[in-house]
Amino acid sequence: MARTLINVPKSAKAGEVVTIKTLISHPMETGFRPGADGRIMARDIITDFACHYDGREVFRAELFPATAANPYLTFTLVAQATGPLTFTWRGDNGFSQTETATLTVT
Amino acid sequence: MRRLAAAALGAFASLAAVADEIPQAERRSGFDAMSAETRAMQVDDTANPGLLWVQDGADLWTRAPASGRPACAGCHGEAATLRGVAARYPAFDEASGAAIDLQGRINHCRREHQGDPPYGHESRELLALSAYLGFQSRGLPIAPPRDPRLDPARAQGAALFRERIGQLGLSCAACHDDNHGRRLGAATIPQGHPTGYPLYRLEWQGLGSVQRRLRNCMTGMRAEPFAYGSAEFVALERYLMDRAAPLPIETPAVRP
Amino acid sequence: MTPSAGTRNRRDLLAAGAAAVLAITVRPVAAASPVRTESTAEAIRRFAGEAAITPGRIHLDLPPLVENGNAVTITVTVDSPMTADDHVRRIAVFNDKNPQPNVVTVHLGPASGRAAVTTRIRLADTQRITAIAETSDGRYWSTSADAIVTLAACLEG
Repeated sequence: MARTLINVPKSAKAGEVVTIKTLISHPMETGFRPGADGRIMARDIITDFACHYDGREVFRAELFPATAANPYLTFTLVAQATGPLTFTWRGDNGFSQTETATLTVT
Repeated sequence: MRRLAAAALGAFASLAAVADEIPQAERRSGFDAMSAETRAMQVDDTANPGLLWVQDGADLWTRAPASGRPACAGCHGEAATLRGVAARYPAFDEASGAAIDLQGRINHCRREHQGDPPYGHESRELLALSAYLGFQSRGLPIAPPRDPRLDPARAQGAALFRERIGQLGLSCAACHDDNHGRRLGAATIPQGHPTGYPLYRLEWQGLGSVQRRLRNCMTGMRAEPFAYGSAEFVALERYLMDRAAPLPIETPAVRP
Repeated sequence: MTPSAGTRNRRDLLAAGAAAVLAITVRPVAAASPVRTESTAEAIRRFAGEAAITPGRIHLDLPPLVENGNAVTITVTVDSPMTADDHVRRIAVFNDKNPQPNVVTVHLGPASGRAAVTTRIRLADTQRITAIAETSDGRYWSTSADAIVTLAACLEG
């Protein structure tokens, strides 16, 4: 399991636009770099990130080798009702990780 | 080693006298010379990638080793009780009668108290635990212990700092005492204070120890780097921390 | 430090040493770069089709002087009310010197509230970055910014 850091506001008012920040441990190996033995290291990147709010996709990102190691993404969403946020990262070599958080709406 | 350093200094005496240490009031962290963007990356805990390692360290702190003996927390309790420790290291180690740095101390505990093999140098685990301990002291001024038993390490570190080495005949002092604030290519030469290790270096795309940074420096000087965990590196670390006090601990810092 | 002939000599020596260090740490970027299989213009057309792309409405914030190209923070925002009738559907960011032209593509909607995204990207070299937004009326908006990538001294290896 890759380490993730997800920052969701503790609570929000209905209709408020909140900022979500995510970090995940991943080398994002580009597939263009030579290794210590001089051979090109195989590509190993996260290719897709999605955030679902109460089951509905509210944000998606397609990532490429140009994304820095340990990908960092911040985006916004409109708080509607208290509900689960799920964050899913997918990538090369079957990489898949899902984390959840709750957005509390007052 | 000290004799060697003295000889090297003698050879360069015609060029310049040994520079004095930077006065305490003039000591500056490399943080100050970074771009606003890189500074922002360090100070925002939701953006600083070093926090990924700190969280790994928090997990390792409470995880029992394979031997079944107590986890770090089993003896030390909450890591917060170790606030201030990273600001004092390297310290004197009774068992070996020599200076030991924080990573050496962690591995000593692994061997002696947890019955597990030591973590490898620059391993994710060792970096994570030392980042977690450093993080406990974040914001505290570096506070060198006044232990006279550390004096030999201090003297060795000071001599190594000034010794001209490698094919370019440079010393640490030639850049970081005599020419800090000037440019080396596009980069500003920092004073060279190890305030934030282990730190996230953009060049590494990951966390690394002060010894990894020193090895980078030595390679740049076209010198044979000391081995990880060597007495030379621990002595240099002791001297560098004396030289950096009382700048605050920044672990996990971010640097270009 | 008091200026003296000795100091100057030492600095000359250091400068010579520094030049040597730099000369041997500049990595052969071109040699390591594979031939691109798609140009930036082709990648942009794959994103926007044949639609006209108009400068405006989109803003790209990135540092003009980059300390290390391995992690460059960029923020893209689009002037949009982000309502059901008028919102940003997609934003794509392109480079013109990396081995591949795509940087990141994000999908947004009215549930986003704002069209504002921040991420960290790699820049292999000094180059121009272009961001293009597709709005819900099917129109495309663009902006570009230049980033100068400097090389740190005393790199590893």
